[in-house]
Amino acid sequence: MRPKSSRAAGPPGEPRRVAYLYLLPAFVIYAAFLLYPIGRAVQISLYDWDGLTLGTWAGLDNYVAVVTDEGLRAAFGHALVLIVFFSLVPVAIGLALAAVLHHAKVRGLGFFRTVVFLPQVIAMVVVAVAWRRVYAPDGSLNGLLSALGLDGLTRGWLGDYTFALPAVGVVGTWFETGLVTVLLLAGMSRIPQELYEAARLDGAGAVREFLAVTLPSVRAEIAVALTLTVIAALRTFDLVYVTTRGGPGDSTSVPSYEVYHRAFGLGQVGSAAAVGVTLTVVIFAISFGINRYADRRVT
Amino acid sequence: MTALPRASRTLPLFAAITATAVALAGCAPGSSAPAGSPAAQPSASAVRTDAAALGEVTLTVWDQEVRGGQAAQMEQLNQAFQARYPNIRLNRVSRSFDDLTTTLRLALSGNEPPDVVEANNGRSSMGAFVKAGQLLPLDAYAEAYGWKERYPESVLRYSRYSADGKLFGEGNLYGLPQVGEVVGIFYNRAKLTALGIEPPKSWADFETTLATVKAEGEVPLQFGNLDKWPAVHVFGTVQSRVVPADQIATLAFGRKGASWDTPENAEAAEQLVSWVDKGYFAKGFNGQGYDASWQAFGKGQGVFLIAGTWLLADLQKALGDDIGFMLPPGATADAPPVATGGTGLPFAITAKSPHPDAAAAYIDFITNADAMKVLTGTGNLPVADTAAQSVPDGPQKEVFTAFGTASAENGLVPYLDYATPTFADTLGAALQDLLAGKSDPQAFLATLEKDYKTFAESNG
Repeated sequence: MRPKSSRAAGPPGEPRRVAYLYLLPAFVIYAAFLLYPIGRAVQISLYDWDGLTLGTWAGLDNYVAVVTDEGLRAAFGHALVLIVFFSLVPVAIGLALAAVLHHAKVRGLGFFRTVVFLPQVIAMVVVAVAWRRVYAPDGSLNGLLSALGLDGLTRGWLGDYTFALPAVGVVGTWFETGLVTVLLLAGMSRIPQELYEAARLDGAGAVREFLAVTLPSVRAEIAVALTLTVIAALRTFDLVYVTTRGGPGDSTSVPSYEVYHRAFGLGQVGSAAAVGVTLTVVIFAISFGINRYADRRVT
Repeated sequence: MTALPRASRTLPLFAAITATAVALAGCAPGSSAPAGSPAAQPSASAVRTDAAALGEVTLTVWDQEVRGGQAAQMEQLNQAFQARYPNIRLNRVSRSFDDLTTTLRLALSGNEPPDVVEANNGRSSMGAFVKAGQLLPLDAYAEAYGWKERYPESVLRYSRYSADGKLFGEGNLYGLPQVGEVVGIFYNRAKLTALGIEPPKSWADFETTLATVKAEGEVPLQFGNLDKWPAVHVFGTVQSRVVPADQIATLAFGRKGASWDTPENAEAAEQLVSWVDKGYFAKGFNGQGYDASWQAFGKGQGVFLIAGTWLLADLQKALGDDIGFMLPPGATADAPPVATGGTGLPFAITAKSPHPDAAAAYIDFITNADAMKVLTGTGNLPVADTAAQSVPDGPQKEVFTAFGTASAENGLVPYLDYATPTFADTLGAALQDLLAGKSDPQAFLATLEKDYKTFAESNG
C-alpha cells in the first residue's frame, strides 16, 4: 500500500506543518486585534503626531521625554507607590484574613467570602465616586474623625498634598483585598490536612504552622495575586480620573491617566503612545519577574 | 509551575511578531489625511441661502446638547427646521461633552465626516481641526446671513482662527455659537439681607463685604477646587479687576506681546492668596468637588459663589428667588464691565461636507432671532439679541442683563486656559499649588510665563 504523501513527512504522532494551518484562524484574529494595534502604537510612539495632520518622525524623542520629563517620571513614581497599596498591603491583609478564616473553620464561610469579595463586583467608577464622597471635606471620614474628637485630623483628603496619593491607594487596598483573600482561601483549602497534623505533632504553634505549612503551600496563589494586583496598580486610570484628575498639583498623576490626557486632551498622540508602550513594558517586566521569582522558589 | 521555560521560548517569537506588525503598519501616522491644506474660503456671491431650493439633502449633525434645557431647545429647533425645509433630512447624533471631545478627532479624520459639528473653541479642538484643514471658513455665510450684525465681535472672536490654525481670536470665522456664558458672582440674597448688607458696588466694597461676612461666622465664598479648573474662573475674575482687558486677551489667546510677569498679575495672585489666608474660601476647598461645592451653596452654605451663568437653572431650583447674580464689580461703581466669559460650543461645518449651503442654512436657523427666543424659553442664555428677550424680573433677568451688558460693551475676556494646548493643566495645577501655599505668587507667575512664552515663541 502506498503511504499518503502528507504522512511521508514524519513518523505518526509527530507535529506536522499542516498543524500551523489550524492555528491560522485564531492567529489572524489575534494579529488583527492585538498585534497590529501594538505594532501601530509602537510606530506612532516614534512620531510627533497630533492625531490629525501628518506626523513627523521623532525617533526616540518621545521615549527620552518619558525618562527626562519630571512630570512623567513622577507619574511612574506614583504608580510604584500605588503598588504598595494595591498589592503588598492587600496580600498581607489577605494572608492574615484567609489564615484566620481557614484556621478557625468559621461557620458560614461562604457568606464571609462573598462579603470580602464584594468590592470586586462593583465597577471601579462607582467605587471612585463613592470614595470621593467619603473623602470630601464634609464627607463621612471627616465626620467620623470629628465624632471621635479628632477634629485636628480632618481635612479635604483628596486635596491634601501629603494625603491625596495614600487616600487613592487606600481605595485600591479596599478594592483588591477581597480578591486576594478569596484566591488565598482557595489555595489554603487545597493543603492536605496531614501536613497540619504532622506540624502539630512536631509541636508547632499557630504562627509556626502558618510559616512552615500554609505560607509555602500558597506561594503559587501569592504569585497570581501579586501579578493581578500589580497590573491593576500600574494601569490605574478610572480611580484617578474620577477622584482627583491627577491633582492636587500633579501629586496623583499616573501613567495611564497621562496616556489618556495626552492623546485626547492635549493632542500629543505620539507622546501618549510612548508612555503607553513604556507602561506595557514595565508591567510585562514586573509580572515576568514575579512569576520567575515564584517559580524559582518552588523548584 | 513551568511558566519560565515556555515564556523564554515564546518571548523572541513574540518580539519577532511585534516587529513584523510594526513593519506592516507601514506609512507615517496621519498620511491618509489631507496634507494640512487650509480649506478654501467660498466667496460670498457663490453661497446659496435658499435652503428650500437645495434639493434632497441629508445633514449629519453632531452636537452635545444632551441635558435639560439644552436638549429641549435642540429638539424644538430641529423639529421646526424639518417642518420648514422637508427637503433637508437631519441625522442628529448627540453625545455628552466628554464623549464628543474624544470622538470628534477620529470622526473628522475619516473620509465621510459629519456635516455640522459642535467643536470646542480651544486650540486642541477647533484650532487643531482648522490646522488640519477639516473645517470650512464661514465668513461668506456670515456676510450672506448677516451674522456679524447680530453677534458682537467680542463673542465672534472665540470662533476665529487664522487659516493655518496658529492664531486664535482673529482671522476666519469657523463656527457660530447658540448660547453665551459669563463668569460672575452669585450671591445668596436672603443671607445678605439677614446680615444687613447690600450687594457690593465696587471691588473694594466686595472685599469689605467678604470680611464682614467672615466676621459674622458665615462662609464668605463657597468654593470647590478638586477638579482643578474651578480656580481658573476665580483667578480670572480677580485678575480682570487689575490687569487691563487687552493684556488678558493677548495672554489668553496665546499671542506674543504680553507677559505674566507684571506687577498687576502679581497683585491679582497676592489678592487670591490673601483670601485664602483670611479664610474667605470654604474649608478644605482643594479637596471639595466642583459639583459638591455649588450644591452646598444651593443648600445655603456660603454667601457668595464665583461661577458661570451655566449654574443658574440648578441654583434657581435650589434657592428660588433668593439667588442673585451680578458681574464682578469694577474698581468704581461706574467702571466699564469686564468679566471672564465666552460662548457655548460653536457649530462648525466640516470641509469635506458635500452640502455646505444646507449646513449653513441649518446653523443660521438654530441661531436666528426666532431661535434665540426658543433658547430663552427653554431656560438657556442666548448669545445674541440678549437684551431683546423678555424674561421675568429675578435671577434670570439679572443673568441676561449681566451677559447683555458685558457682551454689548465688549467687556468679555477669554478663559485663560485657551492660551496654549497645555495651559489648562499648567494653570490648574499651578493654582492648586498657589492656593495650598505650596508656591508663592512669584513662582506661580514664573510657571505660567514659561508655558506661555514657550508656546507664543514657537507659534510664531
